[in-house]
Amino acid sequence: MKRANWQELLWVAIIVVLAAFWPMLANGYWLGIGVDMMMYIALATSWVLFSGPTHYISLASAAFFGVGGFIVGTGMSDYEASFWSMLALSAVVGGALAALIGLATLRLSGVYFVIFTLGLAEMIRNLVSWIQNNFLGSRGLYVLTDFTDKHLYWMLLVTAAAVYLLGWIISRSRLGFALRIIGGDETVARHVGINTAMAKVILFTSTGFFGAIVGAIIAPRWSYIEPNQVFSPQLSFFVVIMALLGGSGRLWGPIVGVVPFLLIWNWVDANFPHQSILVLGLAFLVIVYFLPHGFVGRIDQLRARARGRS
Amino acid sequence: MFRRKLLGLAAALTVAGTSVFAADMIKIGAIAPKTGPLAGGAVVTQWPNVQLWVEQVNARGGLNVDGKQMQIELIEYDDKTNPGEHIKLAQRLATQDKVDFVVAPYGTGFNIATAPIYGKFGYPMIAVSAITDKADELTERYSNLFFTLGTTTAFVDGVKEILIEQREAGTIGNEVAMVNVADAFGIELADRARELFGEAGFDIVYDKSYPLGTPDLSPVMKGAKDSGAKAFVAWSYPPDSFGLAEQAIIEDLDVNVYYSAVATSFPAFKGAYGNKINNVLGAGGTNVDDPVIAEYRDAHLAITGKVADYWASANTYAALQILEQAIEGAATLDRDVVTQFIKDNSFDTVMGSLSFENQVSNTFWSVGQWQDGVFRGVKGSNVDGAVSVRAKDGWSD
Repeated sequence: MKRANWQELLWVAIIVVLAAFWPMLANGYWLGIGVDMMMYIALATSWVLFSGPTHYISLASAAFFGVGGFIVGTGMSDYEASFWSMLALSAVVGGALAALIGLATLRLSGVYFVIFTLGLAEMIRNLVSWIQNNFLGSRGLYVLTDFTDKHLYWMLLVTAAAVYLLGWIISRSRLGFALRIIGGDETVARHVGINTAMAKVILFTSTGFFGAIVGAIIAPRWSYIEPNQVFSPQLSFFVVIMALLGGSGRLWGPIVGVVPFLLIWNWVDANFPHQSILVLGLAFLVIVYFLPHGFVGRIDQLRARARGRS
Repeated sequence: MFRRKLLGLAAALTVAGTSVFAADMIKIGAIAPKTGPLAGGAVVTQWPNVQLWVEQVNARGGLNVDGKQMQIELIEYDDKTNPGEHIKLAQRLATQDKVDFVVAPYGTGFNIATAPIYGKFGYPMIAVSAITDKADELTERYSNLFFTLGTTTAFVDGVKEILIEQREAGTIGNEVAMVNVADAFGIELADRARELFGEAGFDIVYDKSYPLGTPDLSPVMKGAKDSGAKAFVAWSYPPDSFGLAEQAIIEDLDVNVYYSAVATSFPAFKGAYGNKINNVLGAGGTNVDDPVIAEYRDAHLAITGKVADYWASANTYAALQILEQAIEGAATLDRDVVTQFIKDNSFDTVMGSLSFENQVSNTFWSVGQWQDGVFRGVKGSNVDGAVSVRAKDGWSD
């Protein structure tokens, strides 16, 4: 078990190093796809970090992503702050916000939590607009930097790797063990003396932290930030679909979910421009009927079968 | 035998014919929303004009590029009003489809987001539906980006001038009721208006915002009514421009100046409220009496089956005419040469003669008014045919 864990880490490290060379090989369209992939890998991995062990389906990705984008936009546009300081602020605010929300809501379970997180992005968008309208004012949120896709790709790669590493460390810690018990049966977990609320809040905070970082990194790519675009609920659904397609049982699951999903999505989008949303629905059907544990579950199953045969 | 030979010859000719034909195509890429929040505006203002222009150019034999007639092949994508999606599609246009030229995107954010990508490949972008106060900074940064529809300040200034005139005429006092949609452009306009109206000695007695997508605007309108101000200004977007007018009719808002911003100039606005919205002011305007504009509007209706809007439609078509004339004038598909040609020349368009100063064209309408079924320009910059503003008088048919 222990050795296999180290082996997994080594494999991921090799993938990260190889992925870092992508901008040398591709530019334009394919580098752009790479940025999209890295963005979703980072978001989906941080989603799995929390939702994988706890089985809480969170649709809050867009809320944190939007907070990151909005802070970078406001800071750089209205206060002439540097991108890096705003990136750091986004992470702190995203984390703090998630902690607050976690404290208030993680006692909710099952479908109540899903519904709450779905509304969260919309609530924060309205809150942000209200603050901007009444206190900050605005001349339009411009994020003008000299970053190109290459730089953003690397930043997202580092973020994704950091999420993975954190998840790997947590999964080997007492906290990770506690989370697995919570995922198995929350009542049992509480009875054996685990502070379930605290464990969940800590993990949810990390989701908010990384979600805001990803939003902040994408802001220079969009150049002009509008609240109704950075808080788009579609993003939350994409993250969940891709994470489930890959499989939430393993931290590397999102990698095998995001890559095929986005390749198919973009192929369909290029050839049947009005049908791409269909891919989303089909992916969902595939998950429910054929891949309940995602590609990861299928891979593990095949591996077990191969081992049984030999 | 002879017949077979003849057939062979015909076939060969056809093959040769099509290959020549294929070589004489010019690829133009267009990305704009067909779905999502901005689709409502784009299908009125952007897409019909792209269709109209392509059909008209191809009907007259295509673009004449250095003596060669080139038909336009249009490659169009829906960005779903999603910046990430749009950026990806722009990269696809440039590197996969390898289009020769592009139609600038719809929406301020989308134009700025794609300027670096198109800039890298040298595509000139003649932006229309992009209004900003940062044109100087942006054009300095992106030498391929052109602006044609005016600035945020110009829009507020147009309304301010009307308020001052009406105050002098005695139809309104110093009190103004102002509302805005709490989203990017709405907040920006309201922010600017507080400053400019204040400088002009107006007292904004009612100043409220509402969230984007609010279904019920009746509290907003009731508040404006209770303020007693004789001037009402709304920095609004398409769905709420309609919602506000509806509430004003219900509340029978007693004002002499009523202004709502984006989408007031859409034909559907009159379609929804008929003559009740007579003398309503809005962003935009056009001069329907200008024979060139009249001819353009007829062609728009005939070819696309839709009535052109009374604002950015003409500017959108004019931007495409500029692209057309610059390609023909430069007599090359070399994008750098064409971009330079745009900077150095003036162009004969449906909006009159247009030219750029630091990549910005200062010919545009800022405020228009529904007068007896037609939305006419009342304030603008370098445009002819502005009519005088009428006071709003009730909301009856």
